[in-house]
Amino acid sequence: MADRNSDARSIAALQRFGFGPRPGDLAALGGDALDAMRQIVRAKAVAEPTGDHLVSTPQALRELDEFRTEVQRKRAAAVALEEARQQQQAMQPPVGQPGQKVASIATPVPAINKPPPMAQIPQLIFRNEADARFRCAVEAQTGFAERLVWFWSNHFCVAVSKGQPNRVTAGSFEREAIRPHVFGKFADMLLAVEKHPAMLIYLDNRQSVGANSRAGARRGRGLNENLAREIMELHTLGVGGGYSQTDVTTLAKIITGWTVINQFDEDGELGEFRFNGNRHEPGDQTLLGKTYRDEGVKQGEKALIDIARHPSTALFIARKLARHFVADDPPQSLVDRLARTFRDTQGDLAAVSLALLDSKEALETPPMKLRSPQEFVVAAVRATGRKFDIGQALNVSRLMGHDLWNPSGPNGFGDAEAQWATPDGMKVRLDFASAIARQTPGSLNPSELLEQTIGPIVSTETRQAVARAESRPQGIALMLMSPEFQRR
Amino acid sequence: MLLCEDRIHPSRRAILGSAGALFAWSFIPKYAHAAGGRDPRFVAIILRGALDGLSAVAPIGDPGYAALREAIALSTSGDHPALPLDGFFALHPAMPNFARLYKAGQALVVHAAATGYRERSHFDGQDVLESGQPKVGLTQSGWLNRALAALPPGERIAQKGALGVGPIAPLVARGPAPVLGWAPQTLPRADDDLAMRVMDLYARKDQALARALSKGLETDKLATQSGMGDMKQQGGPADPQGMKMIAAGAAKLMAADTGPRVAALAFEGWDTHANEGAATGQLANRLGGLDSAFAEFESDLGPAWKDTIIAVITEFGRTARVNGTTGTDHGTGTVAFLVGGAVKGGRVVADWPGLAQGQLFEGRDLKPTTDVRAMLKGVMMDHLGLSAAILAEQVFPGTEQLAPMRGLVA
Repeated sequence: MADRNSDARSIAALQRFGFGPRPGDLAALGGDALDAMRQIVRAKAVAEPTGDHLVSTPQALRELDEFRTEVQRKRAAAVALEEARQQQQAMQPPVGQPGQKVASIATPVPAINKPPPMAQIPQLIFRNEADARFRCAVEAQTGFAERLVWFWSNHFCVAVSKGQPNRVTAGSFEREAIRPHVFGKFADMLLAVEKHPAMLIYLDNRQSVGANSRAGARRGRGLNENLAREIMELHTLGVGGGYSQTDVTTLAKIITGWTVINQFDEDGELGEFRFNGNRHEPGDQTLLGKTYRDEGVKQGEKALIDIARHPSTALFIARKLARHFVADDPPQSLVDRLARTFRDTQGDLAAVSLALLDSKEALETPPMKLRSPQEFVVAAVRATGRKFDIGQALNVSRLMGHDLWNPSGPNGFGDAEAQWATPDGMKVRLDFASAIARQTPGSLNPSELLEQTIGPIVSTETRQAVARAESRPQGIALMLMSPEFQRR
Repeated sequence: MLLCEDRIHPSRRAILGSAGALFAWSFIPKYAHAAGGRDPRFVAIILRGALDGLSAVAPIGDPGYAALREAIALSTSGDHPALPLDGFFALHPAMPNFARLYKAGQALVVHAAATGYRERSHFDGQDVLESGQPKVGLTQSGWLNRALAALPPGERIAQKGALGVGPIAPLVARGPAPVLGWAPQTLPRADDDLAMRVMDLYARKDQALARALSKGLETDKLATQSGMGDMKQQGGPADPQGMKMIAAGAAKLMAADTGPRVAALAFEGWDTHANEGAATGQLANRLGGLDSAFAEFESDLGPAWKDTIIAVITEFGRTARVNGTTGTDHGTGTVAFLVGGAVKGGRVVADWPGLAQGQLFEGRDLKPTTDVRAMLKGVMMDHLGLSAAILAEQVFPGTEQLAPMRGLVA
């Protein structure tokens, strides 16, 4: 007979650190979900998304460029055709029946400036990336690695509303800069992120030019401090982490020249990272009290590695992780332990992840965190075994205020109860739970489904509410809306 | 069912109202006026990303302006001339509705304004702006919500709660007073029976979720009654069409007799670090969206427009000088707008600090000379009837020394 207490511990772990159980997961994990998660960390096992047309960032930017050129070409051709037609009409006086000219005017005229229908490359790339990304979460066994991917992707967010270059690279950014480093070194992830074209485009650094650089002197262009500020405020030290406005400006100078190869550049492949020495602010720079010699791109790399290992960074990341996985106001002892692990291992994220899994506080704190809308969507698909539909997932996530790869600012989506337990957000959750319950196979028994998934941790009230539902879809919707399903 | 529990029964409401007036509220003259038939509306629009006040309302009369702004400087001549306001300031040409309302005495500008926050983080700046607290980190509730909570519970304006528009209610609207939520949506609605059962379960097991969901259901019902049941989403809060639609939705809810009297909206996309544009371009598009929102409120509020004040505020401004990428970085002083039939408008209120190098804040930003909280305190005092003491202690704590700006309300 299965040990009910250990089952409850395993389900609680799948809820807290993953996307909740699918029917049968507990047995497949040999009854100990936490241990399965530890093995995943030690093996540094992070999934590689698969699916149609997942292309590298440079390729995505090249395809976007070709797409735009093609749209322009077709538009120009349509304009030329229309001009030729009008010219011809003007040269030929109307002949024949009186009604004929009217008929020719009524003939549909191709809309000028509207490109003819063709494959919408930006939307196609985005959708394929989104589909592959959500599927990794739906199909994950413990889900811990995927939750960390989501965490870091939100920490280092880009937003697709910035424009088409970000729309086509948000997915490849996550695959290229986040996934390989989830159980690696924080400094490596930081460097991969800040040198990634998606980030350089999102926070405008691709356009930033040192005022005293060759390009700056020639063209009168200059500094943009957006990325430098957010690196320190949001990505590493945290606001109040001990930097000044002068440090922001200095870091902005240090990373001038970190840009993306565009169609006008003569050397290299369009869409790749490029260090452009002509734009780099010359000279040594003193940042946070330390002087960095001008060694081109290395000047910035060395500065970022130091910032990555700064004690403020350790504390900032530790608190954010503890808040995400454990409680809006996490136990200080847990934050301290994670920060210490981060410092002692120079930002080894596998060690920090194990410290989190092994923390007494992480296991004993009652489930208080409200699942984010995207987590809720994935958990609902997993629990019900429903066929995954990326269109629906994207739509309802957006309606609940959690638009994929599209936070309203570079601080990413918030992570506290107040962010998600809103009147409108809860109303949409209810509508979504109702919709997904109606779409599940009619033969599913809600009470059995409950026992096969979150059964070991639900209250008597939830169990009764599901059992007393007036229909099977209603019972499933009640399970999905229950406090034990909403919280983790 | 529980949905109805927090709706106070009419007879009880009357008792609460008179008790409140007797013990705490009778000394406020404007409030007595409000109780005597006036039915004020108040809307806060938060512009997230730090609006460039020098582009929204350009000090074209300042000798330093054109040189600082280079390619993005506005001018009252050319293809898209800025709209003259008072000979010194000119309005961005993307805001014709505001210009019209300004001429009609229903809109005003407060320039060189800022909260007490002097750093340059968006997120801390927004927290300070919306929490109304003197510093960062005290962000559990917003000043608009606390203002409502401080009003007598029987009064109409307080009882309807604060409407937080969007899937995530802006912080300014969150807090102890009831919060209603609404956002345009497209999912089929869950039926009432399921809603009731979920509410019943939450009532027994999870009070926080119960509170949120009951308010969501209540607002949804109101939206359906107001003929907005099929409102489809067209663009988000950073998109001009989206801004217009969000404003229309909020206005329809506020126009309903049983609807909320106070709302908070957030429009996004004001963080113009690169390619900001001048009379046309990305900032112009967003200002156009904001401007169309004013027109939506004016038309959809109908007769209530004359009792309405919309306050438009942002977390801080942008650098006075254009940066290396034809945009502007994070700065300090900026503008705030007041719009509505209850505004004593047609003015730019400013203690103008000047744009010469030595006059800039930290050598880079428009120096703030007016505290945006003084403006908000003045509006809440004269429009909503809150006392100076309540405003200084509960709504904007620690602002005893900051006098409410009077004379903004018609």
